[in-house]
Amino acid sequence: MSDYDPVEVTPLHADELARMEADAVAAIKAAGDLDALKQVRLAHAGDRSPIALANREIGALPPAARAEAGKRIGGARKAINEALATRQAELEAERDARVLVEETVDVTLPWDRVPRGARHPLTTMQERIADTFVAMGYEVAEGPELEGEWFNFDALNIAADHPARSDHDTFFVETTDSGKVLRTQTSPVQIRALLQRGVPVYVVSPGKVFRTDELDATHTPVFHQVEGLAIDEGLTMAHLKGTLDRFAEIMFGEGITTRFRPNYFPFTEPSAEMDLKCFVCRGQSAVPGNPPCRTCKSEGWIEWGGCGMVNPRVLVACGVDPRKYSGFAFGMGIERTLMFRHNAEDMRDMVEGDVRFTLPFGMEI
Amino acid sequence: MKVPLSWLREHVDLPAVTAHEVADKLTAAGLKLESITSHGHDVKNVVVGEVLSVEELTGFKKPIRHCMVEVGEAEPRQIVCGASNFVAGDRVPVVLPGGVLPGGFEVGARKTYGRLSEGMICSERELGLGDDHNGIMVLPADTPIGADVVELLGLRDDVIELEITPDIGYALSIRGVAREAATAFGVAFRDPAAVELPAATEPAYPASIGDPTACDRFVLREVRGFDPSAPSPLWMRTRLTRAGMRPVSLAVDVANYVMLELGQPLHTFDKAKLSGEIVVRRAREGETLETLDHVVRKLSTDDILITDASGAISMAGTMGGLHTEISGDSTDIVIEAAHFSATGTARMSRRHNLVSEASKRFERGVDRELPLVASWRAVQLLTSLGGASEVPGVTHAETEVSPVRIAIPTSHPGAVAGVPYSHETVVTRLEQVGCVVEPGSSPAPQRGGVDATGVVSGGDTDGLLAVTGDDMITVTPPSWRPDITDPNDLAEEVIRLEGYENLPSILPKAPAGAGLTEAQRLHRRVGRSLAAAGYVEVLAYPFVGERDLDHLQLPEGDDRRRAVRLANPLSEDEPLMRTTLLPGLLKILVRNVGRGFGDTALFETGLVYRPVEGAPAKAPVLGVDGRPSDDELGSIESALPRQPQRVAVVLAGEFERSGWWGRGRQATWADAVQAARLVAGEANVELTVVADQHEPWHPGRCAAFYVGDVLVGHGGELHPRVIEAYGLPPRTCAMELELTRLEKAMPGPVEAPAVSSYPIATQDVALIVPDWTPVADVAAALRDGAGELLESVRLFDVYTGAQVGEGNKSLAYTLRFRAADRTLTVEETTAARDAAVAMAADRVGAQLRGA
Repeated sequence: MSDYDPVEVTPLHADELARMEADAVAAIKAAGDLDALKQVRLAHAGDRSPIALANREIGALPPAARAEAGKRIGGARKAINEALATRQAELEAERDARVLVEETVDVTLPWDRVPRGARHPLTTMQERIADTFVAMGYEVAEGPELEGEWFNFDALNIAADHPARSDHDTFFVETTDSGKVLRTQTSPVQIRALLQRGVPVYVVSPGKVFRTDELDATHTPVFHQVEGLAIDEGLTMAHLKGTLDRFAEIMFGEGITTRFRPNYFPFTEPSAEMDLKCFVCRGQSAVPGNPPCRTCKSEGWIEWGGCGMVNPRVLVACGVDPRKYSGFAFGMGIERTLMFRHNAEDMRDMVEGDVRFTLPFGMEI
Repeated sequence: MKVPLSWLREHVDLPAVTAHEVADKLTAAGLKLESITSHGHDVKNVVVGEVLSVEELTGFKKPIRHCMVEVGEAEPRQIVCGASNFVAGDRVPVVLPGGVLPGGFEVGARKTYGRLSEGMICSERELGLGDDHNGIMVLPADTPIGADVVELLGLRDDVIELEITPDIGYALSIRGVAREAATAFGVAFRDPAAVELPAATEPAYPASIGDPTACDRFVLREVRGFDPSAPSPLWMRTRLTRAGMRPVSLAVDVANYVMLELGQPLHTFDKAKLSGEIVVRRAREGETLETLDHVVRKLSTDDILITDASGAISMAGTMGGLHTEISGDSTDIVIEAAHFSATGTARMSRRHNLVSEASKRFERGVDRELPLVASWRAVQLLTSLGGASEVPGVTHAETEVSPVRIAIPTSHPGAVAGVPYSHETVVTRLEQVGCVVEPGSSPAPQRGGVDATGVVSGGDTDGLLAVTGDDMITVTPPSWRPDITDPNDLAEEVIRLEGYENLPSILPKAPAGAGLTEAQRLHRRVGRSLAAAGYVEVLAYPFVGERDLDHLQLPEGDDRRRAVRLANPLSEDEPLMRTTLLPGLLKILVRNVGRGFGDTALFETGLVYRPVEGAPAKAPVLGVDGRPSDDELGSIESALPRQPQRVAVVLAGEFERSGWWGRGRQATWADAVQAARLVAGEANVELTVVADQHEPWHPGRCAAFYVGDVLVGHGGELHPRVIEAYGLPPRTCAMELELTRLEKAMPGPVEAPAVSSYPIATQDVALIVPDWTPVADVAAALRDGAGELLESVRLFDVYTGAQVGEGNKSLAYTLRFRAADRTLTVEETTAARDAAVAMAADRVGAQLRGA
């Protein structure tokens, strides 16, 4: 650097810089793939690239010329970087189009390596019903399935000679005089709730019950009911009706038509039956001249469950003063509810455990 | 109860409404429609004809007649007929060409047996009047020729079948249904029982009541000179048939007809076969009676009998004796009409498995005031239709009965209903029911008479049931409503007649509840989690047999062999209540496999029934006069078996399916064990898994599950003998766990962990242990030895082979360490790892591999 000439720094000549820029842009455009572009980037925009080397020479210029030269270099660098970015984008797009196409799979292929299972609709139905009442403030009460006769009959005002107490209807345990039965209804839970929880009480109790019926399309010896019991001051039949109307609406939708008609149960007085207008014929089969309906036997209505005002005698047996407290109880068939809500026609399907019946019901009903 | 509408209309001025409209109103009143059967609506062109001449045709296999029949047209009709029970001059029903018989059977003119036949001469059955098809129906000689037979014989009718609840026996009669229909339509009711009886002069056949708890009224009347060959008139047979009873003979038909009309069962005796006084009493030890159905019945001392000097002659209100039965030559008839104990007849009917039309009515309660009327009605029919003459007088034995009287404030029905009823409404409705309503409150309600309803009374129940208030009325229910005994019974009558459909619908406001219990939530989570893991829920019947216990290879003395036995199982093969959920699940698995689902995983949650050693054999049946004491309630509980909630799974075939991705994975013991961990995980409980030998599992592939030192279940692969016994797919696996025990171990709310943001330090160790060492023990030792810096231990490889020596296995673990407050140094983690290995060496003799 002895013959140092501050004015004549060749690499910083405008012509020279223009050439560098042109070389770089040409190389960038010529890069065939991303790897090649990487090399070009190193050669023309890296630390050892001509433009970077030229930049170092700026210090050799007289101060007055430095700004001018810096501007020229900056312009050249910008053009090179823009060319790089453009080419990078072009090459990436090219690669994406090619590589991702190569990696394409058939996303319609099945992937049932571990098929999911399902819960039994009778279980989920019981849960849904319980939830409906829990939302109204009820609690879920439970009781044993193998029950004392006193709980299942006597305390419910079912006299010793009532036909339901014969071994034609009731499963007796060990001997017919053991005082032990498989509960024939969920109603004994009423008694347990009254004895254990006292009043006021609002409970619902879904569960398994037993009667000595042979299995067929509409009967099964083991079936399910949901019992409801509300005892408080001032409860009336209007409250019972209101509760069941709401229950029906939640279970079957607002279009449901219900019918409340007198019936007889020893443990309620007055007693009623809640009927639902037949979901198959919409009650039309009861009109003379119309085609018959298998589901409702052309009655137009389907019995959903029994209910009524808890017989004061039942309250007495549980130590509750009927002069102060009153209330209602109801017992709906879960199988019936399933048949009605989901068009399940044959009770045997609910019993046999065929996975084809249960799987479509999934986790909730 | 089948009610021909025409019969009903005889006693009610029903407006011009259809059978369906009548049935709807009756349903709303509590007499529920079962079905309506229409008769004769399709019948047309059936007229009365007179047979002018009969020509017997020959050359056929059976007698065939060609008749000329005058039917009131310009010319007589010629008709071919196969019956021969009529002669020229008889009037007969004729269906003309173009006519229709019941069932839509169309009749035309046709050539038959070589002659033209313009229609058909009809039998009773062909007209839908009964079962009589023995010959054609010959009408009375004065029947007008050409008259419309449909009108003449009342072919057209609708029969409403009603379901009668067991409390209202009175509705098992035309009388009872008519009363309800009259109230429902607000029209007049003509009570068929409202007849003027002749003043009693002298007793008829002698009788007395020997046991007033069996019978509180016993009436006998007599007819003599009855013509046993007299036929029942067509109208009676038609009504009986349509009401569901088979016509038999006039004497029997009359008794049935009166029972259907009034509701009072009658019994008839052949007087010639009676000897000595009739006494109503309970049976004596060893007594027997051969009943009408030719069965010799051994009687119980609780049975109510009608007896004479010869002994038992009838089972009261249930079935008569064969010896005193009316027969084809009985001319002198003794008619019995009585009021028997409802529970007495109910028990007798059940004890002897004899349900009759009479017993159905007696056990539901018969009007105590009917016997005098009903027996009189029977006498009238037997004399007018059977040529008998009435023997004056009546035998009437009875015991004093005080009527039930119930006092209520008139506000009571409204208070029960939730809608006010006026004083007038309440009184009117109760009077429509037949009650006598008096103002004021009687001193105390009384009750008495035969135990008509079996209602339990005594203690202070009556006092607790009494309702008081302003505007008291005292109500005496009618004799035909023995079911009305309590204030709420009266409330129901008023509400029912005012219409249940008119009740307001009000949602009550329950106090805020506490939601589901932790156990209830757990049961749901367990179900969801197993279903999400691939298991399908089933609900098996809880009935099992000894064979199941054998199939499960349960040894003698196994606790699960001590099962509750049913007294009356549906199947003698399955008389026991399950002590384990597995048999039901395995049978359902077999069913699914048989239906083409070889890769199936099932689960069930449900109760098992485990008898408690030394528990009392009998649960006492307590009183109902008030709350039983805790001791009394406890005496029931202690007689019941334990009924814990369990969950079980069974799985066979591929648990992970084969597919385009490659081969699947067979269900193994590990899946069964994992199912238990899954369940325990839902309870937030860590299971200790220990190798065990427990039927029905494979002795080398059976895990026992503990929470602390409480055994909660077992799982693994089933024993090959179990698989063979049930016909299961090979290597079927199962798990059963007692949720009731798991619940008790639930730890409560989780303590939120402190999450460290310092880096992880990882150390791998490979340990050599003897083959039989449970991996769970090794992991526990590592965990305990590593101390609090350890974040997790994970087994990532199990190796057996020459390199680790015969009878050994190598277990490779990743230990992850982290501190809450600093970055760990290599020295710290190495020290912790060494401590872990040392503990494993100490506890299970583990050697560091390569050391």
